[in-house]
Amino acid sequence: MRELAAAAIAQEVAALCQRVNYRLPEDVRQALAAAREREESPLGRRVLEELLANARIAEEEGVPLCQDTGLATFFVELGCRVRITGGSLEEAIAEGVRRGYREGYLRPSVVADPLERRNTGDNTPPVLHLELVEGERLRLRFLPKGGGSENAARLFMLPPAAGREGIVRSAVEAVELAGPNACPPVVVGVGLGGTAEQALLLAKKALLRSLSEPADPLEEEILAAVNRLGIGPQGFGGRVTALAVRVLRAPTHLACLPVGVSLSCHALRRGEVVL
Amino acid sequence: MTAVRLLTPLAREALAELRAGQPVLFTGWLYTARDMAHQRLVEALRRGEKLPFDPRGAVIYYAGPAPARPGEVVGPVGPTTSGRMDPYTPALLAAGVAALIGKGRRSPEVRRALAEHGAIYCAAVGGAAAYLRRFITACELVAYPDLGPEAVWRLAVQDFPAVVVNDTRGGDLYEEAAARYRQKG
Repeated sequence: MRELAAAAIAQEVAALCQRVNYRLPEDVRQALAAAREREESPLGRRVLEELLANARIAEEEGVPLCQDTGLATFFVELGCRVRITGGSLEEAIAEGVRRGYREGYLRPSVVADPLERRNTGDNTPPVLHLELVEGERLRLRFLPKGGGSENAARLFMLPPAAGREGIVRSAVEAVELAGPNACPPVVVGVGLGGTAEQALLLAKKALLRSLSEPADPLEEEILAAVNRLGIGPQGFGGRVTALAVRVLRAPTHLACLPVGVSLSCHALRRGEVVL
Repeated sequence: MTAVRLLTPLAREALAELRAGQPVLFTGWLYTARDMAHQRLVEALRRGEKLPFDPRGAVIYYAGPAPARPGEVVGPVGPTTSGRMDPYTPALLAAGVAALIGKGRRSPEVRRALAEHGAIYCAAVGGAAAYLRRFITACELVAYPDLGPEAVWRLAVQDFPAVVVNDTRGGDLYEEAAARYRQKG
């Protein structure tokens, strides 16, 4: 067994929260720069210029890219041979979020109860998706996702006969429904298969994949269809409604074709730490 | 297109000239308010109470800043999704508010109320909080400190950039722009 101190995990998480909120990942920056080159709409190009400037300023000044520093969502891979000492893994991550958001001047955006809506004040609790894996490492992938794009998530339980065409249509429908609200140009995460809840989780997990990886034919097809919508950067019109589409698949039931769609705004902030 | 400069409190005549898609620059004061603050502002109006700021010609910015570091005027602050404020907006427009800044679509009711009162709705670039902060020169608390980031703040702005989405004649940038750039599959 390998021992990992809860305090050390909290410290790493705090640093991760800040780093990720201040700095746009390089693949996303490159995607925005490429979009600026091919965007035809003048207002759309201006938006892309402003987003690239925003990323530069945030990094230089060490401030968040967006005031919505998100619900702190973690995809955790815990090696079977790791033992956490001095506290639980959940509490260690929560403590890291608490400290990272306070000390990093990141906005607390969590309300404790969906009806009473009182702010918890420290952006806890985080959302954890835990996976047990082989080995003696702990991998934490952090995705602070804003509310505007989260509200655009959709689940389509298609009949299997809907096939590829149904999948493309569903993704396009989700992007069109969201329109300017999800802060386009968006990144479209698609979860194919599994059960209803798995499809949505896969869709979100797909957003963790690099935008520099080549797209597969289905991703290409969805991207082309989405970019024909004309919504454009911020909905001001144009060719670039989405920067990329990422699809993850899972085995599913004979009778099912679940399609989960999770949209990220252009400020797709993500990062990881391996302990 | 050259941006049109607007000074607050806004004059209705200046707004009547503007069309959807027109870039504008706000100078003067913006009042931040989002979900919870809207609920309280509209409750105050229903009870016949005065608002914590003079709504006549005022500009409401749908935003909740990130916390400011010591020495900073305000934390990074970009627009939030406006549609959530739709149920409260007609009452505020009736009280005299002349412009709204946020991002995303508005309801038919809001668009009708904008036309009725000669007011406009503008979008600032969502997710450009660090950039937009550069146009803010002062910030003071106006009301509801218990709401934390959702409190009402008064922001002094100099040439704060936005684009007119809904003008006083029912024009809508989102619909017009998507129609112009849409391609058949």
